[in-house]
Amino acid sequence: MASRQSPVTRDIAKVMNRADITRRLVARLENEEAVVGGIGHTNFDLWASGQRPQNFYMLGSMGLAPSIALGVAIAQPQRRVFCLEGDGSMIMHLGSLGTIAMVAPRNLAIVLLDNGIYQITGGQKTHTSHCTDLVGIAAASGIARAEWARDEAHFEAWVDRALAEDGPWLIGVRTDNAPPAGVTDRDPVRIRERFMVGLGVRK
Amino acid sequence: MATESPAKTPWYDTVLAVLKANQVEIVAYVPDKVLAPLIARLHADPYFTMIPVAREEEGLGIATGAWMGGKRTIILMQTSGFATLPNVLASLVIACQIPAILMISERGTMGDHQLAQAIVCRTLVPTLQTLGVEHHRITRPDETEFICDRTIQQAYKTQAPAALILSPLLTNNPAWK
Ligand SMILES: Cc1ncc(C[n+]2csc(CCOP(=O)(O)OP(=O)(O)O)c2C)c(N)n1
Repeated sequence: MASRQSPVTRDIAKVMNRADITRRLVARLENEEAVVGGIGHTNFDLWASGQRPQNFYMLGSMGLAPSIALGVAIAQPQRRVFCLEGDGSMIMHLGSLGTIAMVAPRNLAIVLLDNGIYQITGGQKTHTSHCTDLVGIAAASGIARAEWARDEAHFEAWVDRALAEDGPWLIGVRTDNAPPAGVTDRDPVRIRERFMVGLGVRK
Repeated sequence: MATESPAKTPWYDTVLAVLKANQVEIVAYVPDKVLAPLIARLHADPYFTMIPVAREEEGLGIATGAWMGGKRTIILMQTSGFATLPNVLASLVIACQIPAILMISERGTMGDHQLAQAIVCRTLVPTLQTLGVEHHRITRPDETEFICDRTIQQAYKTQAPAALILSPLLTNNPAWK
């Protein structure tokens, strides 16, 4: 079950736009699903897609967005939880993929936004520009449902499956180096408080 | 709580009871030899959701997400595990006011034979002080329940992380065995 070939490889996956992909994801959320956006430009585009109360924008702690999303998924098993994570962030915490595979939350999906660079710090290349396939690593870590999206329609089909079927999922999306569509307000306590209200934990 | 004779109740049984009494249900950990009996008992008790993580930082991420979703987490680690955490404590846990509970087995002091552990150990309390994280060293069975229970309660009431340091005086002292 662990390691096997994904039908779409990174080489043939279309290079898409992060802001557009983020909007397509959010447009399909109808049941107050939680979305955790990682450091880098990932949380910027989540912010720009509309400030849903169920969005959490992670501003520090590079690489921990999937772990935070895992915590939410464990605490609220009836809610679907999505995580948007950049490739530079993901390579910092590869072990967390194994943790997610082992805990196996049925309600968790990670959307890997792989632009091949650390865009926010000046566009330096990450390992994925050279040789590393993060969907392959996710699959080998034990996340059985790890796939590259061929194009936008294919991405939406994976999201629909992640909304309806058991996970965990990791959906790999290749993205371009267009700038983000907005800038997140930097107020961690407000972000956290709003998210807790959005999750029904706080009034 | 079953503490008629505190000296006879092993520290790990006291800790387990305190966690339950405070509804701390999720346990993330990277193992440590001293923590082994606690980890084994927590695994054996279906009340707890046990998450062995690859790095201690993940535990803080899980604790943050779980607390925002309404559940309480403790992260178990040794001194060297704590030494990996300042960035995540500062930029996530303290910045967002997350009541993450850390339990740290204090290695590298009071007779440890490993120089590496001893050097790392010197960073523990100064780092906690620099970050302004509430921390207490537990040295005796008869203070274990009080310190753990009150510290955990205060962490949730004040929405701040807290560190419980298990001294060798508690965990490796023939007087309590
Ligand atoms: C531990 C740590 N190291 C380095 C940084 C600096 N840093 C912040 S964001 C970032 C790049 C994030 O890259 P990626 O996740 O690929 O997102 P992108 O910028 O491409 O959107 C870096 C290196 C940091 N915040 N924390």
